[in-house]
Amino acid sequence: MKISWFGAGLATLLIVVGSTASAEGPKDRAALFADYRRPAEIPFPADNPFTVEKAELGHTLFFDPRLSKSNVISCATCHNPGLGWGDGLAKGIGHGATNLGRRSPTILNLAWAELLMWDGRKNSLEDQALGPIEAEVEMAQNVDELIVELGAIPDYRIRFNSAFPGEGLTKATLAKAIATYERTVVSGLAPFDRWIAGDEAAIPESAKRGFDLFNGKANCAACHSGWSFTDHGFHDIGLPDTDIGRGAILKLPSMRHAFKTPTLRDIARRAPYMHDGSVATLEAAVRHYDTGFVRRPSLSPSIKPLGLSDRDVADLVAFMETLTSPPAPVILPVLPIGKH
Amino acid sequence: MKHLVAALLALAVAAPAWAAEHEIIQQNKKFSAKEITVKKGDTVVFKNADPFVHNVYSQTPGMEFDLQQQQPGGSSPVKFDKVGEADIRCAIHPTMKMTVKVTE
Repeated sequence: MKISWFGAGLATLLIVVGSTASAEGPKDRAALFADYRRPAEIPFPADNPFTVEKAELGHTLFFDPRLSKSNVISCATCHNPGLGWGDGLAKGIGHGATNLGRRSPTILNLAWAELLMWDGRKNSLEDQALGPIEAEVEMAQNVDELIVELGAIPDYRIRFNSAFPGEGLTKATLAKAIATYERTVVSGLAPFDRWIAGDEAAIPESAKRGFDLFNGKANCAACHSGWSFTDHGFHDIGLPDTDIGRGAILKLPSMRHAFKTPTLRDIARRAPYMHDGSVATLEAAVRHYDTGFVRRPSLSPSIKPLGLSDRDVADLVAFMETLTSPPAPVILPVLPIGKH
Repeated sequence: MKHLVAALLALAVAAPAWAAEHEIIQQNKKFSAKEITVKKGDTVVFKNADPFVHNVYSQTPGMEFDLQQQQPGGSSPVKFDKVGEADIRCAIHPTMKMTVKVTE
């Protein structure tokens, strides 16, 4: 895998933190740390392997508003790197200022995702990439027409031919380029990573207690598991809205009101929370899981009253804040010259 | 007596070979096998060894089943009485996939 094109910034993100867990914490902590270590490499699929040309092209396309019918909405409009690769809104806003039904999800760490979208209706990033472009309520762009428009921009034509020799610019290569770039969007090294690498001073004691609660009494790790703090799974967490989520795609009783578990990486800069943006703060999110959920047949059995004290809630919030990496600049590409 | 012999013969012809039971464990969000081959009429018992629920199901036409929310420690038998390949998944954890091949 080549990562040099991103320079030191991305290389820093991919550093594998130290291999020795702290010996000072409780033994069960040290055992748990192994579950949360950052992976060494980004996985890329065999049918769309990483190349510098593809990733750079996808990077440019991601920020190009000419991918939308209005020529004012780019992928980055809703997946803004300045806002944790979301939009900071409770629910997204699409073409013609259409209010969308769900919050714009972050695109962080999607290289590891199994299914895409809140309801898992897309099987791969390649499958997903063109969806919002085509959706009438999002970017409203006819993709066949888009291929013609992009093909009229000389620099894009050259770059597609270079990134996809023998294929050039097609719907499939457009999706592959964007997907390749999206896979390189990985959350940065957070204080939590330094702590599990052995730096006891990296996070406060409150956050360490929060880690114990997260993996114990609060049961968060039942779903927010692994280095990216998601099982990539689907759960009804008892939010009181009428959206049946995954249940509309996979018609099983347990999937009603189920939504994909989001990553908790960089969570502090990604408010508001939940698929409907209905929860304003991390504290409110923790309290939802303790006492705020709606009981119904599809409710995940992992959701139950937790009996958290105010200190427990504060500790869990302190822990989640340590999952957020320091702000890192993101390169804004200069777009190829061509008419709108 | 003649009728009894005939009946026993008919039963012997109609009954398949002794149905076997196979076990698949769900642990660490994985099935214990990616693929197993069973005989028609065999039973596969799906056991949840994780500390959280699973929902094993198949939507392969003619081989559909849904174990719904299976509690930790739960054990659910599924009889496969049709030849084919059943695509088995967990609805909650989409990384969990396996195939049950059913032969004559």
